[in-house]
Amino acid sequence: MFGYYLDLARRSLRRTPVLTGLMVLAIGLGIGASMTMLTVLHVMTDDPMPGRSAQLYTPHLDPLPIGFKGMDIAGDAASNLTWPDAMALLKAHRAVRQAAMAGGDLLVRPSRTGAQPFYADGRYTTADFFAMFGVPFERGQGWSAAEDDARAHVVVLSDTLSRKLLGGVDVVGRMVRLGGHDFRVVGVTADWQPSPMFYVDASARRYSDGDKFFLPLSTAVDLKLDVNGNFNGWGEDHADTRMVSPTTTWLQFWVQLDTPAQVAGYRQFLIDYSAQQKALGRFQRPPTNAKLYGLMAWLAHENLVPNDLRLQLWLALGFLFVCMLNIVALLLAKFLRRSGEISVRRALGARRRDIFMQLGVESAVIGVAGGASGLLIAQLGLWSIRQRPDDYAHLAQMDVPMLLGTLALAIAASLLAGLLPAWRACRVMPALQLKAQ
Amino acid sequence: MHFRHIVHALRHHRIAVSLLVLEIAFSCAVVCNALFLIGTRLDRMHRPTGADEMHIVEVVVRSVAPGSAKAIMAQTRTDLAALRAIPGVTDVSVINQPLFGSSFSASGVSLSKADNAPTIHVTQYFGDAQLAGTLGLKLADGRWFRPDEFVSDEQLEGEGATVPVIITRALAEHFFPGKSAVGKVIYAFGTNRVVGVVDRLVQPRDYGSAESYEYAMIFPVNLSFAQGTYLLRVKDTSQRDPVIRDALRTLRTDGPLRLVSPRDATTLQAARAKYYRNDRAMAWMLVGVCVLLLVVTAVGIVGLTSFWVAQRRRQIGIRRAIGATRGDILRYFQIENFLIATLGIALGMLLAYGLNLLLMQHYELGRLPGYYLPVGTLVLWTLGQLAVYGPALRASNVPPVVATRSA
Repeated sequence: MFGYYLDLARRSLRRTPVLTGLMVLAIGLGIGASMTMLTVLHVMTDDPMPGRSAQLYTPHLDPLPIGFKGMDIAGDAASNLTWPDAMALLKAHRAVRQAAMAGGDLLVRPSRTGAQPFYADGRYTTADFFAMFGVPFERGQGWSAAEDDARAHVVVLSDTLSRKLLGGVDVVGRMVRLGGHDFRVVGVTADWQPSPMFYVDASARRYSDGDKFFLPLSTAVDLKLDVNGNFNGWGEDHADTRMVSPTTTWLQFWVQLDTPAQVAGYRQFLIDYSAQQKALGRFQRPPTNAKLYGLMAWLAHENLVPNDLRLQLWLALGFLFVCMLNIVALLLAKFLRRSGEISVRRALGARRRDIFMQLGVESAVIGVAGGASGLLIAQLGLWSIRQRPDDYAHLAQMDVPMLLGTLALAIAASLLAGLLPAWRACRVMPALQLKAQ
Repeated sequence: MHFRHIVHALRHHRIAVSLLVLEIAFSCAVVCNALFLIGTRLDRMHRPTGADEMHIVEVVVRSVAPGSAKAIMAQTRTDLAALRAIPGVTDVSVINQPLFGSSFSASGVSLSKADNAPTIHVTQYFGDAQLAGTLGLKLADGRWFRPDEFVSDEQLEGEGATVPVIITRALAEHFFPGKSAVGKVIYAFGTNRVVGVVDRLVQPRDYGSAESYEYAMIFPVNLSFAQGTYLLRVKDTSQRDPVIRDALRTLRTDGPLRLVSPRDATTLQAARAKYYRNDRAMAWMLVGVCVLLLVVTAVGIVGLTSFWVAQRRRQIGIRRAIGATRGDILRYFQIENFLIATLGIALGMLLAYGLNLLLMQHYELGRLPGYYLPVGTLVLWTLGQLAVYGPALRASNVPPVVATRSA
């Protein structure tokens, strides 16, 4: 029967080619626009650490004085940690792994003569960073906690930077010059770029290139290397001492907690720590302000999707809705016009169900064609997004789930659109229609 | 004509008519709000900065080797002299934050020394004696800085500093409504007496509320190249590209090795275009959505009316046979469409203002102006009439003889 219905649908659609084309195009445009925006939002809010994100948490303290009112441009002052707090959490060692970190933008001077110096983005962090985030190494390894304490001049390079600086072979053990200081290379990572970069400062670009180098945070503080990120202070602010000031937040902190018990324990630890600091007179706000966010919860809290993109998604969905209304109206008119034909089929013994199936198949054919054109249009839309200057632009690619989702959405949309017209059409009175003719 | 008859006939197509009404209503709501959004984007993109944007180029230089503050300052003076010697350049200055740049520097400002005095955050420009001339600022009140008032940034931030300040007219209005700000004192870096008011100068980037966009302060500070950006004012617009080329060459050859990249040299006009490129992209996207929505709606009208015409061929034939003119038939479909469109527009305008209220909650957006109602109504009426004309014309061409045929 299905084949026969398909043939009937083909004949019926070929009778009105322009209208069929317009319906296919309308559903294609609606689906294409919606899927473009859904894909962009999907890649922007994707899990950056599949398999690991459930164990990663970021602790947040509230060391701000009671009356503190920051500038909205500087973001939430309490979203980062001060140096003393970060060091205290690090030394307490209450999590499976923990690392403090901050972004840095350092001048790199290739040793080759004639090569131009350039700036590279990297991270100042502590020993656990690599194991906690599962950074893949090509050669060598990270540094130890002892080297953190010793403020060792060691560095881990990304594959790209190591090739650019040293040509790539026998890199471990060689010296590189970063920010005017010499560092010994202890490891080379494979190019590693979680997307979004969940562990960076709120002011950093979340979807751009990954870190090109990693060096010990203690060394960076010791050498007063340039930091790429917000310094938010509420006490005496001296450029010279702000890195270690107890009243300036600038550090990000992540911990690995494997079991719910550990998570609960760490949460309590943060509150206890805050209470202790309050007793010492350093903190003024309630200790229960201390928070522990899971990775995905933190990304949701940071609200990475720009308002404009959200608006564009709604526009696309609204557009799809209008296209659907349009198709419902057109199919309704089309099916009702065939009341005569339907009545003949009914009089010859077709059940309402059969008619409903027949018309449903016809709408599904439109849906499949619309879905196919929707896929093409979505590819075009994603291409145009990739031309945008935003840092997330290069991510706008469709993956297999989104591809299947597009087709499913198209067919669901057209079946839904065909539902009302088909139901209406299969209720025609055969006798009345036949008599009228 | 006979409204009653038309309404009566429409009742036979209740579902199709309500779908069409819904479609028109929805398009109307979305298009009205989209046009309004486009308007606000365009307004945003065309806000003047107060600077003479067409005649300014900027160059960022980054030092490679650490040097003493004194040496860097000396190098800056050499640079300034060399840049001023470039043909076509009239003024050169170092500014701490260029317009449409990536940095934003601000301080808390209040009208009293007390700790709990209300404070607002205002962006601050530091620049030397040629800054006002380079930017092309217009003085509204008071005077420019005197040559002996220029200090270093340490002096500005030092204990008990009393450096004078020039503020924008908008900030003056905020602090001293209805009065002249000249001679008054504000507290930003120690105690700062207002010596002048400029007509307009805006924040380098958008931050804070819409009215604070025009709040800015200028302090007389001599900066080194490492602390800021070179601004060059050219005499003639066409000289901007050659001046950038010359400036890059000058900075590369003068003094020690520094990072001088063509990427860090741009005209202010290009910086503005880059700053607003997302707004522009959004505006075009909204235009696209509007056009598509209207086209889809028109297609719906054409398609549905065509079906109705085909369905009613016999009735049309009969009406023609009993005396209706072609014009009568044409007008019948036109009035029918007019009724449907009016219903759609009425519902659509309600939806439009509802959607506007929703958008106002989530975006910084004003209320939809009242004139959208008549304009939107006219546009959609016209669209409906244009869409229905083709099918209606075909209907009017149905010959009376159709009445005599069966089906």
